[in-house]
Amino acid sequence: MIEALLAGRWIGVWRRNYLVWRKLAAASIAGNIIDPLFYLLGFGLGFATMVPEVEGVKYIAFLAGGTICYTTMLAASFEALYSGFARMHVQRTWEGIMNAPVGLEDVVLGEWVWAASKSLLSGTAILLVALALGIGGSWTMALIVPLAFLIGLAFAGMGMVMTAVAKSYDFFTYWFTLVLTPQMLLCGVFFPTAGLPSWVQAVASALPLTHAIAIGRPLFLGQWPEGALVHAAVLAAWGLAGFAIAIRLFRKRLLA
Amino acid sequence: MEGTVLSTRGLRKSYGGREVVAGLDLTLRRGECYGLLGPNGAGKTTTLRMLLGLTGPSAGEISLLGHAVPADARVARARVGVVPQMDNLDPDFTVRENLVVYGRYFGLTKAEVEAKVPRLLSLAALETRADARIQSLSGGMKRRLVLARALVNDPELIFLDEPTTGLDPQARHVMWERLRLLLREGRTILLTTHFMDEAERLCDRLGVIDHGRMLAEGTPRELIAAHIEPEVVEVYGEGVEAWHAGPAKALADRAELHGETAFCYVREAGALVEALKGEERLRFLHRRANLEDLFLKLTGREMRE
Repeated sequence: MIEALLAGRWIGVWRRNYLVWRKLAAASIAGNIIDPLFYLLGFGLGFATMVPEVEGVKYIAFLAGGTICYTTMLAASFEALYSGFARMHVQRTWEGIMNAPVGLEDVVLGEWVWAASKSLLSGTAILLVALALGIGGSWTMALIVPLAFLIGLAFAGMGMVMTAVAKSYDFFTYWFTLVLTPQMLLCGVFFPTAGLPSWVQAVASALPLTHAIAIGRPLFLGQWPEGALVHAAVLAAWGLAGFAIAIRLFRKRLLA
Repeated sequence: MEGTVLSTRGLRKSYGGREVVAGLDLTLRRGECYGLLGPNGAGKTTTLRMLLGLTGPSAGEISLLGHAVPADARVARARVGVVPQMDNLDPDFTVRENLVVYGRYFGLTKAEVEAKVPRLLSLAALETRADARIQSLSGGMKRRLVLARALVNDPELIFLDEPTTGLDPQARHVMWERLRLLLREGRTILLTTHFMDEAERLCDRLGVIDHGRMLAEGTPRELIAAHIEPEVVEVYGEGVEAWHAGPAKALADRAELHGETAFCYVREAGALVEALKGEERLRFLHRRANLEDLFLKLTGREMRE
């Protein structure tokens, strides 16, 4: 992987996806902003009447820190699963690329980094929304931009394992309902996990979104996260493990 | 070896015990058009994939433009152009953008590709469609754009997997004309096809393969001369079965009944044609033997699906 990364052939793949995104950027950015905006306004203002404060901060600020991580998780997942599958299987874009002097590892690396870039774009969009709404406002928020990229790498790496074995788009519903939605509910996006049963907390502590929020929420609230490096390492480990497995499965599927 | 752009020795590929390519020896000389001819499932596409290093052979050796494949396939592919069987143009891009983006995979900058775009578009007869969306192109136009895209790296060798399957007659003729142009420029072409007219018009040499084996190889004329009687009389009409069982056996060197037609292969058709003129209920077509006769003799007439 290091060799492919340094060779830089993946950049052509990344750029191809970036160019397509740029063509549709207006619609994409609007979606990136409107969706979290509704979440923040709807949940934030609605719940704020019942729960004015959580863990000593305004509920809407608590929610915003979790929503950023959750939205970046979704951005990378949609890209790696649905869009990745379209390029690999439906449009046969990868096949065309691999007829050029670009290898499978270069293609998958380009896709991985691209999906994480989508997380970065979407994370940045919500940060701007939050600032515009006057939520948050500490310099530590800027660190959420690289964090969004790391969250993207974690979830895109895992998601590509699904892409590599999918027969059709329908298959991805399992990933979203059985893997991503539970994380949204268990990992502290909407409420603190401290009140959950201890066995649920134990499960949640292994899940990547928990670690994303453990870094993202304090940064959003202007605090330095405790054990940030450990949490970041867990995210990176999920991403790298996913990438390594996905490469093997893609090779089996496409180069047999 | 100078003059050899591609060679394989004992190339084999098995999938779960089923041998798809079963010991293929191929040699392509610089500047020639070589056709791999075979029915569906003969192993043509698998062979192409192995030659490009996109799947490893179970056994055998491949040398592509002096590089060992699959070990150095990526380096070799930098000098090869590929027109795949199914169009895989980027639907999100225009004609021009497709060329520019594809050029990047070869390490070409936007400016380098832009400089080539007019020539590539003229070759594909798409000069007026540079900014058209892919969805607005006809099947023939898409196929020609895939060809133009395969030329973005100025390849010495071009692989075409069934280049005209699915095209109407006009579009096929334009495609053939363009391929002849590329041959005149000194490029080497390897194409797969199951169209005999395509093979006969374009190919200097042909390899007929089935079940992953080479059945015959040579120029179209050589192959016909070596394997088939020079003249063919196709006979059909009421009572053709009885005629096939009787007179045909005596008058033809070889006669086969397929469906409602008796195919009579003869060195000299004079006597056979005379005899048929007396048969009121039968109609016939007298012609020279062609590649299709050869192909059907070598690969059989049963349907392949």
